[in-house]
Amino acid sequence: MSQSVMTSGNRPEKGMGKSPAERTEPTGSGLRGFMRSSGGDYLLLAVFAAAILTMPIWLAPIGAGYPDILQKFAIFGIFALGFNILFGFSGYLSFGHAAFLGVGSYAAVWMFKLLSMNAFPALIFAVLVSGVFALLIGFVSLRRSGIYFSILTLAFAQMSYNLAYSVLTPITNGETGLQVNRSDPRILDQLFGGTSMTVPDIFGVQLQGWAGFYFCAVLLILAFFITMRIKNSTFGLMLFAIKANQTRMSFTGFSTRPYLLTAFVISGMYAGLAGGLLAVTDPLAGAERMQWTASGEVVLMTILGGVGTLLGPVIGAAVIKYLEQIFSSFNEGLLHRAFDFLPTAVQDIVVAIVAPFVGEGWQLTLGLMFMIVVIFLPGGIMEGVGRIARRVRRDKPSDDGAASKAGH
Amino acid sequence: MDAIILQILNGLDKGGAYALIALGLTLIFGTLGVVNFAHGALFMLGAFCAVTFERVLTLSERVRDPSVTFFEAYKEVPYLTIWYGDAGQAIVDWAVPLSIILAIPVMLIVGLAMERGLIRFFYKRSHAEQILVTFGLAIVLQEIVKYFFGANPIPLTAPSALTGSVDLGHWLGLTGISYPLWRIVYFLFSLVVIAAVFAFLQLTTFGMVVRAGMADRETVGLLGINISRKFTIVFGIAAVVAGLAGVMYTPILAPNYHLGMDFLVLSFVVVVVGGMGSLGGAVLAGFLLGILQSFASMTEVKAIVPGIDQIIIYLVAVVVLLVRPRGLLGRKGVMEA
Repeated sequence: MSQSVMTSGNRPEKGMGKSPAERTEPTGSGLRGFMRSSGGDYLLLAVFAAAILTMPIWLAPIGAGYPDILQKFAIFGIFALGFNILFGFSGYLSFGHAAFLGVGSYAAVWMFKLLSMNAFPALIFAVLVSGVFALLIGFVSLRRSGIYFSILTLAFAQMSYNLAYSVLTPITNGETGLQVNRSDPRILDQLFGGTSMTVPDIFGVQLQGWAGFYFCAVLLILAFFITMRIKNSTFGLMLFAIKANQTRMSFTGFSTRPYLLTAFVISGMYAGLAGGLLAVTDPLAGAERMQWTASGEVVLMTILGGVGTLLGPVIGAAVIKYLEQIFSSFNEGLLHRAFDFLPTAVQDIVVAIVAPFVGEGWQLTLGLMFMIVVIFLPGGIMEGVGRIARRVRRDKPSDDGAASKAGH
Repeated sequence: MDAIILQILNGLDKGGAYALIALGLTLIFGTLGVVNFAHGALFMLGAFCAVTFERVLTLSERVRDPSVTFFEAYKEVPYLTIWYGDAGQAIVDWAVPLSIILAIPVMLIVGLAMERGLIRFFYKRSHAEQILVTFGLAIVLQEIVKYFFGANPIPLTAPSALTGSVDLGHWLGLTGISYPLWRIVYFLFSLVVIAAVFAFLQLTTFGMVVRAGMADRETVGLLGINISRKFTIVFGIAAVVAGLAGVMYTPILAPNYHLGMDFLVLSFVVVVVGGMGSLGGAVLAGFLLGILQSFASMTEVKAIVPGIDQIIIYLVAVVVLLVRPRGLLGRKGVMEA
């Protein structure tokens, strides 16, 4: 059974159909699974899709209405969504997820170099390679749980990072990073007389600017849809059961490892897709993407948004990337202009206080946010929203349902 | 043979640093049950205590240089030299070891403040949340240091009496093994600190209570002993140990703000290999992994398995976790899941 679950990493619903947990009728796959989902989910998906696609309009007033940052929102949204499938659903905290992001980037750039500048082979290869990579690492790491699991994943990620810088230089091009050159073979492009440009495209449409954003956005919506389906499937339920009480799960007669491994591989593939997209929007891959601070960042995104929720990770990723953009672009001169409305003396003091937190100091703000979120709002933004919503609807007696509603 | 001894020596100083950090980590984990991802930052803070102390000692005045006669030349002379002459000069020379005097109280205060201000609120929360909040704290600490000291490594020198190499081969009856003196000093220093910690835990009443608390916190509490206060002090001690390791390491490796992060991951691996909660295991694994790493960076070894020096420690950790999850000296049943 474990084999069937493992090999169906792409579509967990199918594998689940064979699990003993399932009632005899195979649910969760194909049209039936579609029908089973409540209408509310599709409303959520529609609203989500509309919100993502109209981001250029409604994010313009806060200065984020340009493709560069919006596609970052989408890419890191995918990354965090995938991370959440592992950490949020099953409670296993991986501290090495950036390794899959980096592997995905490298794989995509290699496809650009060898086959074609078309984005699809690159992305498919990125997802496959990172999936296999995740299978290997997950197979070993998931023999342990708790902090041991975190340290194992961290160790593997550090290993990959170190290797990418040293021995694997022929593959990764070391510190320079892997780049696309005009002299690359690009077999498919040669055969079909494709472009000689070094810009990734999908069948002639260059993925730059707005085209790049919409490409990422569509993939984000797709990723969101799959995550939603996973959450509503029996498989998702299994993961939540593992999070709630793994011992009890195994006492009930389930081998938890196949489920965890599937979740690990899926989330690795999400990371690979995100890494591939990073390469699509900018065909360059470097080892610094695999550093463990990058792994920490995706953890923060997920927590900030709301662990185990659907929307949370996407919101968290967007907030972090937005703040990163804003904070790191400020300098003292800009600060003085921003606090122009204050009297000069006060202005100088305010600027002196704020200055360490912006520009180069963005990391400091990030660390502080990390602490504040974990200390005061471990449920993330979604929990905060849920709390406010509950306070507004005082007339209803508060029940457990409110807490689970925060889960959307 | 010479090469082997040389590699063992090479591993000892790094192993000493790993052992000291891992010792503190294990103390904290064993007593408070907290996974402290900010422990590397404490090591880094210790190193910057040395930097600060050295800067204070070398506060200088510009004075006319009398040795240059044909034009007006000035040089910076530390006040200490001006006031105390040769004695002052010696103090400046011994800045790094002397900064231990500053580092002990500073690190103790930092440790106590950390425990009282942040860590104690996380005893009841999950390991994942402990990891995350201390990870955030580590980022904050290193960014603060970066703000004040800049991003570049700041080299410090060992006292001139302890720089240079000694011909160890002469003592051991072999030829051609000369070795930097300060690294030997560091190794001996780490042994002294480790011995002091163990003596403190084994020979004092306070240490006895702490050990009892590590074994069974509840019972000790029922006996009317305020165990959490003792554990707070243990956290302070662990911070001091990490800080001292950092102070003395500065002449070996010029400290920069992310020094802590570099050492932290490795120290965690050391703790895991040694056995979570086992003090002896942490020390043993620290030295073992240090030596192993220096063997792996021999050119002969690298020729056979390229890149092994980069990953050997992680590889060992993976194997240990899979084969013997409780670690080398870990107690049976402690965090084996």
